[in-house]
Amino acid sequence: MSITFAICATLSVTGALGMLLSKRAVHSALFVALTMINLAVLYLQLSAPFLGMVQIIVYTGAVMMLFLFVLMIVGVDSSDSLTETLKGQRVTAIAVAVALGLLLTTSIGSAVIATDTQLDTVLAGGNVQAIANLMFSKYVLALEVTAALLVTAAVGAMVLAHRERITPKLSQREQQKARFADYALTGKHPGPLPSSGVYARHNAVDTPALLPDGSVSTISVPAPLQARGSVRDINEEDAQQIVDLTQGNTVIEGGQDGRN
Amino acid sequence: MDVTNYVILAAILFSIGAVGVLVRRNAIVMFMSIELMLNAANLAFVAFAQANGTFDGQVVAFFVMVVAAAEVVIGLAIIMAIFRTRKTASIDEANLLRA
Repeated sequence: MSITFAICATLSVTGALGMLLSKRAVHSALFVALTMINLAVLYLQLSAPFLGMVQIIVYTGAVMMLFLFVLMIVGVDSSDSLTETLKGQRVTAIAVAVALGLLLTTSIGSAVIATDTQLDTVLAGGNVQAIANLMFSKYVLALEVTAALLVTAAVGAMVLAHRERITPKLSQREQQKARFADYALTGKHPGPLPSSGVYARHNAVDTPALLPDGSVSTISVPAPLQARGSVRDINEEDAQQIVDLTQGNTVIEGGQDGRN
Repeated sequence: MDVTNYVILAAILFSIGAVGVLVRRNAIVMFMSIELMLNAANLAFVAFAQANGTFDGQVVAFFVMVVAAAEVVIGLAIIMAIFRTRKTASIDEANLLRA
C-alpha cells in the first residue's frame, strides 16, 4: 500500500464522513469536493490520467459548483430537520448501511483478484488514445446513446427551469403611470431613491445620506443593509455643520488665494 | 499496488453514500450522497481496469461520469422547481402527490 493511497484514502473517507455529518448543506458540498479531488489523485495513481483530469474538471469544477449555485438560490442556511418522519428509520438505515459496508469489505477482502496483468499504456499509444480507440469502436453505440441522453438532459433542464409569464410585460409608460397613481394615492415619491451619503470619511453604500436640514435619510441605504443592522452612524459634527451651512450660521470664506 | 485496497475504499465510500441517502432529509445533500456512490463505483471500475490490464473499465467510468452529470442537471432542476412551489428543499415537505 503506497503512501499516496494511504493519504488520499484517509482524506476521501474524511470528506465523505464530513458530508454525512455536517449539518449545513454548504459544508457538505465542500466536503464532497474534497473527496472528489482525492479520488482524482487516486485515478492518476491507477494510470488513468485522463479520468483524473475529467474528475477534477467535471466533478469539482462543474458539478460541485452547480450544487453550490443551487444552494445559494435555495438558501445557504438550509439545514436538515432533525425530526424523524418514519419511526426508527435513522437507526435502521445506519444499521443496514453498516451491514452493507461490512459485507462488501469482507467479501472483497477474502476474494482473490488476479493482478498478474498490468495496463500497458505505452503499447496502446497513450491513455487518451487507448480510451478513444475503445470508445469509438467497441463502445460507439454507448457513445451515441450518451449523446442522446445529454441532449435530452439539456432540453429537460431548460423545460424544468422555464417559467411561463402569466401577466403581460409592463411597458415603460405603464410603469410610469402606475408609479404616479401610487404617488397620487399614497404620496410615495415617484422618482429614484436618494443615493447613499458621500463624505470625506467614507462614500460607502452603508453611509446614509443627509437631507438639506441635516436629518438622516433612512431610505438612502439599501434595505438588506438595514436589515443586517450594518448602517454606519453619522458623525454628529458633520451633520451639525450641514445644518449650520444651510441655515446661514456659518459662511464659507472665499478661496485662500483671494481670487473670489 | 494491490487492487483490493482500492475496491475496499470504494465499498466504504459507497456505504457512506448509502447512509447519506437514507438518513439526510435535504434533497441537495441526498444528491451529493448519490454522487458519492457513483464516484465509488467509478473508483472500483478504474481499479479493476488496472488489474485486468484493459482500458474497458476506464471507458465505462467515463460513461458513468457523463450520466452522473446529466443526472445532476435534471435533479437540481427538479429541486429548483419544487423549491419554487414549496419554498423548501426538504424531501419531507414534498408530499404533493399524497392525498
